[in-house]
Formats: sequence, structure tokens, C-alpha cells
Amino acid sequence: MLTGIVFWVLAVIAVATGVAVFRVDSMARATYALAASFIAVGLVLLLVDLEFLGVITVLMMTMEMAVMGIYMIMFMGMNPALMPMDMVHGKRPALAVATGTFVVLAAGALLIPWPTRRGAPAADLVTSLGEAVMESKMLVMMTVSPVLFATIVAALVLALPKGRYDRLGDDLRAGKARR
Amino acid sequence: MTLQTMLLVAAALFSVGLYGAISQQVVVMVMMGLELMLNGVILAAAAFWWFLSPTPDGQVLLLVVITAMTVEMAMGFAVATLLHRSRQSDMTDMATDLSR
Repeated sequence: MLTGIVFWVLAVIAVATGVAVFRVDSMARATYALAASFIAVGLVLLLVDLEFLGVITVLMMTMEMAVMGIYMIMFMGMNPALMPMDMVHGKRPALAVATGTFVVLAAGALLIPWPTRRGAPAADLVTSLGEAVMESKMLVMMTVSPVLFATIVAALVLALPKGRYDRLGDDLRAGKARR
Repeated sequence: MTLQTMLLVAAALFSVGLYGAISQQVVVMVMMGLELMLNGVILAAAAFWWFLSPTPDGQVLLLVVITAMTVEMAMGFAVATLLHRSRQSDMTDMATDLSR
């Protein structure tokens, strides 16, 4: 009973703050709203005994949104980040696509005869996750690792000043021909 | 709290994020829309894990989704930084040539 009430409170907070991301009049407020949505979902994960994933979701997204706030102020100045804004295009088509998607997904959630639960969660879920990552699912983690490393390299190549895009512009082939 | 209710909430989060990803002009706001969509995916994956098959495989899948979110954020910031520096703009409409 109590779990159900807490779930619905968190669900309403998650969706309401999610909507607020695109309704509030500044990007800084939108960032805080998105952080609140993620924290609510992280707490829902705790309700289904996903302690490790719930905690890392809350911690990671709180830090990520803090970085996003700093980023906006650093690159866009105080005004665009904190002043009212309404920069959208194709509002009606976007609303129609989003509504259609929700209807299809909701219909699927409600109409599909979902199977009953198979098996029971492990006594210690964090330990079971750790064992899976280090044993049967190690290949997944070994795939994720180079992806993260490639992301670091690619992000630095793109973001650093004096990189090839700054020297040669968008048209790298033309730049090469000029040299 | 049932599988259906959790999936409904996840669908709502995904749809709101989709609206933002399609309609917003600022790159950072588009990224926020994508993040919200992944937020819905996380919730749906957790619901499937808890109500259908609470094995470690589902937790690993969630870990991968969280990783995908991190990658999306890092690359989004990098592209936005590059756009801002090279064109003094953070609007998607000013970077339509990137889709070519």
C-alpha cells in the first residue's frame, strides 16, 4: 500500500517535471526540472530493490545536470540560460508524434498479455550484478569499455580548439587540397 | 504498483522526451529531450526486470542504457561546443548541413 502511494507520487513528479523541462521559461530551470525527473525515476528503481542502479542514477544525473547548468552559463552566457526563452519549431507536428507514440506505447502496455514472473530476485542484488559483470556478462562490459574510451577521444577531438575542424573548417577534403 | 502502471509512466516520459527532441531548436534542449526518452527506457527496463524476469541480465541491460546516456551526453556537449565555437550558434536550424 505504502509502496503504491510512494510510486504514484514519484511517477507524478517524474512526468510533471519532465513536462516542465519544455514548459519553463529558462534553460537553467529546465535543467533542474530534468534532474528532478531523473531523481524521481532513480527513487522508483529503489522501490523495486535496484539499490545500486537507483543510487548511481540519482548521483550521476545530479552531477550531469550540474555540469549542464555550468555549461550553459559558460557557453551561452547568463542571459540565454536564465532569461525567458521559447525556441521551438514544428510544435504541432512534434506534439502529434509524441501523442501518437504515447497512445501506441500505452496500448501495448495495457493490452499485451504479459507473462507471469519467472524466478525470484537474488538475495543480494548488488552482489549478483557484480558477479554477472565479472563472469557471464563480462563480454558486455568489455564492449562498453572501448565505447566509453572512443567517446572520450571523439569528444576531445571535436571539442578541443585548434583541432582539425578549426584549422580546416567543415569541408575537410577541400582543406586538404589547399595544403 | 504493477507492470502496466510502470510502463504507462515510462511511456509518458518517453513521449514527452520525444516531443522535446523533435520540437526544440537549441542543441542542449534537444539533448534534454533525448535524456528524458532514455529516462523512460530505464524505467521500462526496471519494470520488465522486476515483474517478468528478475535475473542479473536485466540489471546489466540497465547498466548499458545508463552508459548509452553518458555517451549521448558527452558527444552532445562536444558537438554543441564545436558548433558554438565555429559558428557562434547553438541552434539546430543553423546546422542543418551536418545531416548531409
